[in-house]
Amino acid sequence: MTTPGGHPYGGAQQPQGGHDQNRFNFPSAPSRPVPEQNHYQQYGQPQQPQMPPQPPPRAARQPAPKAHNPLVRPYAMTGGRTRPRYQLAIEALVSTTADPARLQGQLPEHQRICRLCQEIKSVAEISALLSIPLGVARILVADLDVTLLERVLSGLRKL
Amino acid sequence: MDFASSNGGAAPRSTTSAKIVVAGTFVGAVSEINPLRTEAVMTSASAGIDDLTHTGDKTTTTVAMDFGRITLDQDLILYLFGTPGQDRFWFMWDDLVRGAIGAVVLVDTRRLADCFPAVDYFENSGLPFVIALNGFDGHQPYTPEEVREALQIGPDAPIITTDARHRADAKSALITLVEHALMARLR
Repeated sequence: MTTPGGHPYGGAQQPQGGHDQNRFNFPSAPSRPVPEQNHYQQYGQPQQPQMPPQPPPRAARQPAPKAHNPLVRPYAMTGGRTRPRYQLAIEALVSTTADPARLQGQLPEHQRICRLCQEIKSVAEISALLSIPLGVARILVADLDVTLLERVLSGLRKL
Repeated sequence: MDFASSNGGAAPRSTTSAKIVVAGTFVGAVSEINPLRTEAVMTSASAGIDDLTHTGDKTTTTVAMDFGRITLDQDLILYLFGTPGQDRFWFMWDDLVRGAIGAVVLVDTRRLADCFPAVDYFENSGLPFVIALNGFDGHQPYTPEEVREALQIGPDAPIITTDARHRADAKSALITLVEHALMARLR
């Protein structure tokens, strides 16, 4: 954490960067000659290194069936959050009684989860059936729960 | 509770429900239905088991649980489950607490020690809870901060004063709890 230059981190997190090719082209001079490039990459995109590890397994797992490549990356659905608002077990059961016609104002992902959870599903199933990463599914389901709390609160205030 | 088959021409009405647990009795003050009560007349059988040192005129006690309901919106119902004070009914608590938004612990400052088990239970289960000091006959002998000190409760759990017989007080206790639960989840 105390390394000021940070190039050891940069090398590990951005393997597809130009710096990598340099290393293969000049094996005798590993990573030393181009430290400045790393600085730019690191400070220019501070949030990104946390998320990219998730998408690749997803793409690999999804070979043939309905291969739709979503324009929106998983971390965009969660606003860059990597952690749910509260702990949610992988086997936690989710179901909704929400009327599909009343889902209009919700995020598209929330609508998909709500339609799926007309029947009881676990968080793991939601992740698998909607092919969204487990961490993202957790965050989205936790958000739905907060929506319920907000409704309860406004209902109590109106009493 | 399945409404699926009855959606003729009208829009199907499905409901969502939420649950709040109340340790102590104030379900009757806010519920819109006549609460299901398991209040029983105390008999000599409870002598030496239910402590009446500070509540000499208490003639009935909650057995097992109370249950009440509030309709918050067309499709949103809040259920209130009142838990009993007696620790011999604790086997019911795990079921009552499952899926609940949080808990209100009603505290009688004349018998402060009685709420220790409930506070311990909710602290251990990780359920958000608020402490409501019940002023019997509108009399509040201790300030919330004094009670916080006595109960050794952390600064994040709200402590409020209330009169469990009044609807407005019970309602504001519930609002405090839901706000607290929401903040705990957004943190």
